[in-house]
Amino acid sequence: MTAPAAAASPSVAALRTAFGPAIRRHAVVCGDAIVHVDPARVHDVLAWLRDTPGQAYDYLVDVTAVEYRDQERALEVVWNLRALARAEDLRVKAELAKDGPLEVPTCTDLWRGADWLEREVFDMFGVRFTGHPDLRRLLMWESYAEGYPLRKDFPLRGHFSRAEQTRQALGGPAEKHYSLEELSIAEAMHYLPADMRQRLAEGHHGEVA
Amino acid sequence: MTSRTVELELATPGLDAAGRPVRVPLGVAGGGEDLGAEHMLVNIGPQHPATHGVLRLVVELEGETVKRIIPHIGYLHSGFEKLGEYRHYNQIIPLTDRTDYLSPMANNVGFALAVEKLMGIELTERCRVLRVIACEMSRIISHLVWLGTTGIDLGAFTPFLWAFNEREKIYNLQESWTGARLTTSLTRVGGLMADIPEGWEKGLGEFCGHFPRVLDEIETMFSRNAIWIGRTQGVGAMSAADAVNYSLSGPMLRASGVAFDVRKDKPYLGYEDYDFDVPVGEHGDIYDRYAVRIEEMRQSNRILQQALARLRPGPVNVDDPRVVLPPKSRAMSDMEAMIYHFKQVMEGVRPPAGEAYLAVENPKGELGTYLVSDGTAKPVRWRIRPPSLINLAALPTLCEGALLSDVIAINASVDIVMGEIDR
Repeated sequence: MTAPAAAASPSVAALRTAFGPAIRRHAVVCGDAIVHVDPARVHDVLAWLRDTPGQAYDYLVDVTAVEYRDQERALEVVWNLRALARAEDLRVKAELAKDGPLEVPTCTDLWRGADWLEREVFDMFGVRFTGHPDLRRLLMWESYAEGYPLRKDFPLRGHFSRAEQTRQALGGPAEKHYSLEELSIAEAMHYLPADMRQRLAEGHHGEVA
Repeated sequence: MTSRTVELELATPGLDAAGRPVRVPLGVAGGGEDLGAEHMLVNIGPQHPATHGVLRLVVELEGETVKRIIPHIGYLHSGFEKLGEYRHYNQIIPLTDRTDYLSPMANNVGFALAVEKLMGIELTERCRVLRVIACEMSRIISHLVWLGTTGIDLGAFTPFLWAFNEREKIYNLQESWTGARLTTSLTRVGGLMADIPEGWEKGLGEFCGHFPRVLDEIETMFSRNAIWIGRTQGVGAMSAADAVNYSLSGPMLRASGVAFDVRKDKPYLGYEDYDFDVPVGEHGDIYDRYAVRIEEMRQSNRILQQALARLRPGPVNVDDPRVVLPPKSRAMSDMEAMIYHFKQVMEGVRPPAGEAYLAVENPKGELGTYLVSDGTAKPVRWRIRPPSLINLAALPTLCEGALLSDVIAINASVDIVMGEIDR
């Protein structure tokens, strides 16, 4: 973009003063302010942006991720923030190298609204949000075994054949369609096998089988 | 002076230090076998009319009181965002019809605006006004469906018929404009699929003339109705601070007292030039959401009338052959136009490498479209920020401690549409 550098959000300069090298670079694209930050410091940056007077980005618009077609390029996790009072948006990005662990700290402690958004990113991209209280798949079912649909190495029709997909959807015992968590609140809890109760006691989530 | 210190366990059982419900299964969490046995698991949906689509709620009840709700979504997941990565920008527009299928025209507009932001396209004046008309018509039909179905959920059948009668009139207008009642695919990058037909404004003008009277009638059935008030006031309330923290948007956010409307605060399509008010609630309960939506319909009606008044003849598409198809007659007779036609159809619209997030105020809330382009004709990423998914995520909190029958009312008040939630 040929937009003047002065158009960068004033929050960027303040972020640089507060976090120094953890703020990697910034840009203004199509009028949107974007800041790239160190994935390890993302939580600190988001908390600072939310709580510092004068910044007050109190509204989390969206959490999502982007994977580029260029396989060399890192996967980006994207937070769209908004300061409601000023109606000003800021996009925070963290790049995760694909050969490393796809992990960023959760921001569910800052915004409760991040809960499902982070679950969706985990579901679709396989990014783990460390510290998330309940990181389960959101749109796909919990025993879904084909991988992460929005990754570029995921074929449009899925990894499994149609026959295999049907077999998995219809096969298995009925309990398979419940998660551990649901079975636990049923009266059936008392009839569960010992190992399943053990897994529940250890706080396991996920599929039953 | 004698004083006796009593150590109180201040934390509520079942909540951790941060006030979040502890996700430990009941049977394990102690409280004895008896407590666990009194809790009942009720499964609502996914095929149940009161869940407004294929939403499944697993409800844990103690007597009739809701202890916990676990929503399950994804039954309608169609992978739109993935599909979009394999489509030209204009080919994505039919997919947007099918997200929030109660307001397809507003989705079309939201997506087209995001592509236009990415490409830096200035729309023609007539196109902007027609798109405003499309958005506000969508708001009215979506709110009417909400009103009718919520009324039915709470036992009021008559207003449902009145609401659907009005909705039918807008659907007829929608049909004569776009040729479709549901899958409108109204917009194209840089303009519209078609201008409005001859005499169409007259039909909309008639609708705007009598619609407020119908709203008055509907209001007489609800606003001071003892049953309606009893079922909605103080039920499913959320404070302004919580509403912001949960990223709620649209009528859900405004009913809680936060006056944020994308049309006012981040205007698009020239909304800053229209004279309309943004209704705001104060209690954040179901009744306020109802009141906000009713008033929004009145305001939409005002906007429609203003838009009709400022509709001037002119082109609806931008004059840019890279973006908009040349007229068929020219494509068949003029070499240059034919090349543009060919390139358009075979290669599609090509935005420069970059990214853009654009929010529009949809009936359900803030519909965001986040597009990332690498300079090719197909997006690298097309993210829909689905307002009703994020609003629905607050449902477990809204329902905690409510009665089972309130769950139906609260769920209805969120105004969800599963096509958009599951995408």
